[in-house]
Amino acid sequence: MADIASPSTETNTDVAFIGVYKPFAECEAASRTKLAAKNLNLFYSGKQALHGINIDIAAKQVTALIGPSGCGKSSFIRCFNRMNDLIDGCKVDGEVVLDGTDIYSPDQDVVALRSRVGMVFQKPNPFPKSIFDNVAYGPRILGMAHSKSEMDEIVKTSLTSAGLYDEVKSRLDAPGLSLSGGQQQRLCIARAIAVRPEVLLMDEPCSALDPIATSKIEALIQELREDYTIVIVTHSMQQARRVSDQTAYFHLGRLVEHGETGRIFDCPEDERLRDYVMGRIG
Amino acid sequence: MLKAFELIPRALFERVVVFVLICASTVAVLITVGIFLSLIFETILFFQKVPIVDFLFGLHWSPQTAIREDQVGAAGAFGALPLLVGTFLISAVALTVSGPIGLMAAIYLSEYAGKGFRDFIKPALEVLAGIPTVVYGFFAALVVAPLLRDSGAAFGVSISSESALAAGLVMGIMTIPFVSSISDDAITAVPNSLREGALALGSTKSEAVRKVILRAALPGITGGMLLAASRVIGETMIVVMAAGLTANLTINPFEAVTTVTVQIVTLLTGDQEFDSAKTLAAFALGLLLFLITLLINVTALAIVKRYRERYE
Amino acid sequence: MIDHSIVQERVRVRLRQRHLAENRFKVYGIFSIGLAVVFIAVLFATIVNTGSSAFKQTKILLQVDLGGDQFGGNIPPKEKDIEAANFHLLTKRAIYKAFPTVMSRGGKRQLYRLLSSGAPFQLKNIVKESPDVVGKTIKVWVTASDDVDMVIKGKVPRDAGPDLRRLTNQQMGWLRELEKAGALTTKFNTTLFLSGDSREPELAGIGGALVGSFLSILVCIALALPIGVLSAVYLEEFAPKNRYTDLIEVNINNLAAVPSIVFGLLGLAIFLNMFDLPRSAPLVGGMVLSLMTLPTIIIASRASIKAVPPSIREAATALGASRVQVAFHHVVPLARPGIMSGTVIGVAQALGETAPLLMIGMVAFVVDIPGGILDAATALPVQVFLWSDIPERAFSERTAAAIVILLAFTMLMNLTAVILRRKFETSW
Repeated sequence: MADIASPSTETNTDVAFIGVYKPFAECEAASRTKLAAKNLNLFYSGKQALHGINIDIAAKQVTALIGPSGCGKSSFIRCFNRMNDLIDGCKVDGEVVLDGTDIYSPDQDVVALRSRVGMVFQKPNPFPKSIFDNVAYGPRILGMAHSKSEMDEIVKTSLTSAGLYDEVKSRLDAPGLSLSGGQQQRLCIARAIAVRPEVLLMDEPCSALDPIATSKIEALIQELREDYTIVIVTHSMQQARRVSDQTAYFHLGRLVEHGETGRIFDCPEDERLRDYVMGRIG
Repeated sequence: MLKAFELIPRALFERVVVFVLICASTVAVLITVGIFLSLIFETILFFQKVPIVDFLFGLHWSPQTAIREDQVGAAGAFGALPLLVGTFLISAVALTVSGPIGLMAAIYLSEYAGKGFRDFIKPALEVLAGIPTVVYGFFAALVVAPLLRDSGAAFGVSISSESALAAGLVMGIMTIPFVSSISDDAITAVPNSLREGALALGSTKSEAVRKVILRAALPGITGGMLLAASRVIGETMIVVMAAGLTANLTINPFEAVTTVTVQIVTLLTGDQEFDSAKTLAAFALGLLLFLITLLINVTALAIVKRYRERYE
Repeated sequence: MIDHSIVQERVRVRLRQRHLAENRFKVYGIFSIGLAVVFIAVLFATIVNTGSSAFKQTKILLQVDLGGDQFGGNIPPKEKDIEAANFHLLTKRAIYKAFPTVMSRGGKRQLYRLLSSGAPFQLKNIVKESPDVVGKTIKVWVTASDDVDMVIKGKVPRDAGPDLRRLTNQQMGWLRELEKAGALTTKFNTTLFLSGDSREPELAGIGGALVGSFLSILVCIALALPIGVLSAVYLEEFAPKNRYTDLIEVNINNLAAVPSIVFGLLGLAIFLNMFDLPRSAPLVGGMVLSLMTLPTIIIASRASIKAVPPSIREAATALGASRVQVAFHHVVPLARPGIMSGTVIGVAQALGETAPLLMIGMVAFVVDIPGGILDAATALPVQVFLWSDIPERAFSERTAAAIVILLAFTMLMNLTAVILRRKFETSW
């Protein structure tokens, strides 16, 4: 059991180094498992929030996590990039696996992990820097570019992939905070993909946005699916239907049902899921 | 006691009480006015004896009063520039000590330290903050200055026993908790979303701190450093006890310099006529000190306020 | 397009450097905290080390023959007899008697120098307290001179040589004899606490300074507390949001950051010169200190008043209480712990203030313990400052001892403030 509360989980980089990231060019078969949780239990200061989660997340697909609020979806998604380590008194029991290796093993380099598993948050959180510097932040600290032109290229590619480039190309030096809410969120997506992660975790990315911005981001997710494994937490069933290939339903800290999105919504097996889909609980 | 006044009509009583409260609150304004007036009156009298240009730009400070009536007023030199340079030299040494140490301590305490460590260290730093300055002055004169002088001699470097380095070093130590506390507040005020955003991209903690959090906390930290500077400039006892008494225009921290506050004390302790140029010079210096610290404080608050609005 | 494998390699190389940089950064942090802790430790260690010896004072046992011939033949003697008696002579006789072999004038002078110049006065006080000892031979412990004190306490090594010791070898011999006879010992230094200032270190004490500080702070609280609390009540409960209120707030915040010496100048110009109040008096000292403590009390009181939840005010108002009643019957009592805590902190700061008191003249050499707030006095931190200037070793140790006492008071008060705050911290 990895004790998150201990001060240092960063490790010697030479041992058990799982590799920084994998090149895009490698095609991964859709049925391959990218991420998995095995008997995952999560405790916040002794109080159990997740009970025995077992799930396989398929590679290069969008998996939606749905369920009533407070049922542990956000806590669960934060296990995949060990952001729960930042919370005092949080304990994780069980295995969380990325490409077959347990990321909670004591010799895992958390810093390297987080550049492979990116995250977009509920409320857009661009840095108080220019648009360019926001996107360039990750590549800079990672040391990805060795010249200005290389960095420019990385930034341009990321902004384009995030569907934001055309809107901001003339004002890359403007502060990131001067953009609208939807643009800020796309900026955060650009920032996250600039480090070329393999997985993108999205924690209710549209809940703070208006419908137009939401639809833009949903379209974006469809495009990103080709290159990234995406796990998205959403409180909107309609969004899950529109956007995801697989859906998992969480209820009071337990994984109740998981399957192909169409099947989940048309023929829910578990009664709790049926009640949720029908709108009887929420 | 209020019950005794129950015979008085309630409305009138309320008005009287509120009036008393307003008077109490006005005292704060009166004090500031009092400071201004008392300093300005005496300063004006001073500038009747010594020209303002000589005072502000003169390079020579050697205050003497005319002993006899027929002696011309130019018996002494009242150029405050060496005092200002001395003050800033010592302040620079102090901030060089307390700035980095205070800031790094604050960063470690807020971003790295566990709760147990924090609960032990923070009160310890508060202890440092509660020590009266006269104690620091004694420490500076008794321990630090001789130590510096002797170590300097061991290396063949001549360090005065009243060096700016000794006084500045001790003033820096005194200011560490202040800088640390204000920086801690500024860093903790940075929204957690920024912290998480940086870490989620795969930054190490130091990268997140240096490139994101400190940039965001910079206005608060700068404001804190300015307030620390203002404190150090206005500090009296440490310099009276550890710094020199004669004016010396230099930026060499190994030499002895004197400061504005030391001269105010020197000019006023001792028997002299209240209206002599020496006494009035003390008030002129006092006004100068007051205006400088006021300017710094106002700037500090303005910086904090303006950037807080920008980031929220 | 960048080759991905090259980028991957760059990132991998950088990762190691980044982890090293992270560790370095952590070390800087711990190092900084360590430095601060070391500073505190060294400061305390030096002061305690220097000052601890001052809590003991060397005393010499004398057999004094209080023959009636010195007291006009009256037993018990009248007051005028005691005043007329020559205690110097009595003391001299006593010490000469202890060393009957010493005959020469020079030798006898050396003998007398072993005693403090205040020894005759100590003898006189004893006779005054119990006049019936006249006519008898009594044993009296009198204070030794500061040179003897320093050597006996080990501050100056015994084999240091007559120049450094300020005691001749002959005098050292006499001291050894006294020690052997049990007539030389160190006792707790009550003089340090009870006596006023003196030119002689062995007779000097902080008694006057303690009383002066106490009286000054009394005046300070008497002025700053009511004005401070009333201002805070006004600003939090009554003040409308207008320019005038802003002006008051700006003023308070600025005053909190004004250098203390400026307040001293204000005191000098207005209290001493314009109002013609007595220099060096605790009254003036207290007034100047109250100017500095006022912002602290206002800010702390405002914070405590603000922390009282609105529901209390609403409930009281709903029951028909007027604004004044709500403020003084309900809000202020609940805010009391915070107000007290802020006041204690303000007092702790005021206790350590030196510069403004120098300005208003509390820097004079005051021997008598002040009787009231209009008598000339000094304050504890000022006493420390005065003594620190004197090069004599005996005064160095007393300065450090006075600092220990000052720090003890300051820390006690800070601790009290913290305890007050925690004990009464009700969770609303």
